[in-house]
Amino acid sequence: MAEAIRIKTPLSDEVIKKLKAGDNVLITGLLYTARDAAHKKMVELIEKNEPLPVDISGHLIYYVGPSPARPGQAIGSAGPTTSMRMDPYAPTVLAAGSKGMIGKGEMGPGVAKALQEHSGVYLAAVGGAAALIARSIKKSRVVAWEELGAEAIREMEVEDFPAVVAQDSHGGNIFNQGREQYQID
Amino acid sequence: MREISAEKIAETVAELCVTANYQLGEDVVDALKKGLEKEESPTGRAILEQLLENAKISSEGVFPLCQDTGFSVFFLELGQDARIVGGDLNEAINEGVRNGYTDGYLRKSILADPIKRVNTKDNTPAVIWTDIVPGDQLKITLAPKGGGSENMSEVAMLRPAEGAEGVVRFVVDKVSRAGGNPCPPVVVGVGIGGTFEKVAWLAKKSLLRPIGSRHSDPFYADMEEEILTKVNKLGIGPQGLGGRVTALDVHIEVHPCHIASFPASVNMQCHADRHKSAIL
Repeated sequence: MAEAIRIKTPLSDEVIKKLKAGDNVLITGLLYTARDAAHKKMVELIEKNEPLPVDISGHLIYYVGPSPARPGQAIGSAGPTTSMRMDPYAPTVLAAGSKGMIGKGEMGPGVAKALQEHSGVYLAAVGGAAALIARSIKKSRVVAWEELGAEAIREMEVEDFPAVVAQDSHGGNIFNQGREQYQID
Repeated sequence: MREISAEKIAETVAELCVTANYQLGEDVVDALKKGLEKEESPTGRAILEQLLENAKISSEGVFPLCQDTGFSVFFLELGQDARIVGGDLNEAINEGVRNGYTDGYLRKSILADPIKRVNTKDNTPAVIWTDIVPGDQLKITLAPKGGGSENMSEVAMLRPAEGAEGVVRFVVDKVSRAGGNPCPPVVVGVGIGGTFEKVAWLAKKSLLRPIGSRHSDPFYADMEEEILTKVNKLGIGPQGLGGRVTALDVHIEVHPCHIASFPASVNMQCHADRHKSAIL
């Protein structure tokens, strides 16, 4: 496998434009977590022109609902959830300044278009490698909507968090490219 | 009548919740290793290596295999000569889930109502299927089921004229459309026959079989092999990023059906193919 590209959050357009579908990346910096329930609330605020509880400008949203942290641990297991459930919300969140997301599975054409329009990137983490991924999460704290439990917004400090560029800012899509390369007729 | 205490059942269930979520079965570990030998995609190989490393980390008992520690689905085989004493059987199971998920630092993923969507905060209630069987023992099998793969499942009421080919086409098409969403490499559970609800149950039940096991009827054993070969030609690969190893196995369970009907179902299982049993 090709050597991984190290990226730091917040991300600039310049860095994002260099990322191509299939590239391996290691992410360092802050991530904000949100899944279905938090996205619903975020989009309601954005549509009412009200401020979000965290500044997502330049940041990646990690689609995750971690398991509870044991005493002395920063977090429990914390692998990605299925991204397509966020398809209805992701374009609005990108338009509000986020630079992309981390999840698993393909995202729809509306998201692909929004990634091109707003210079964003969709990174795939390995679904089910949740114990392994937890090792790269150094700190984690709930920053909004604690009542949502596992679905609350967390700020995570990560170091060399492994992911693959799944859908890039140029329309590249590893799900299509990878499948074409390996399918047998 | 042999007596089995509700308290013992709750204790056993709590232990099953923890072991199922931290200890991946040997059959799954072996299948991932075999997958690594077959996988040609460098990304796919890297993912399979990460999954094996993940299973090793999880087995140390601090981090569960996956953050989605699932809906607690139980298959009970209750001997007709056994008697549950000191409490209600279903409540004992739920008590075990409540304790296991809290003490084991497992995620609570169950909502009290599908539309109002408020979390019950203890992962109950469980889904419990009980078969009354001969004997005086109670066999408890827990299969924690993740939401990502469950969402990629389907029931189809096919036309009888579609035959075996129709089932194969339906299953392969379902896996193809699911792509990377159910966390491949997957185990594909297939139900054929019965009624609308029975066929879904069959697919789920088939997932309890060890990876590598074949249906006792050679006709269905061949069909399992045929579907597995076809699915692994789709190119989906680990996590849908392209590769040869899309499924670790295909299991079929069959039930008699009505002259007018031909039900078929697919229950997708992610690579965290978790299930553990205990006999009381």
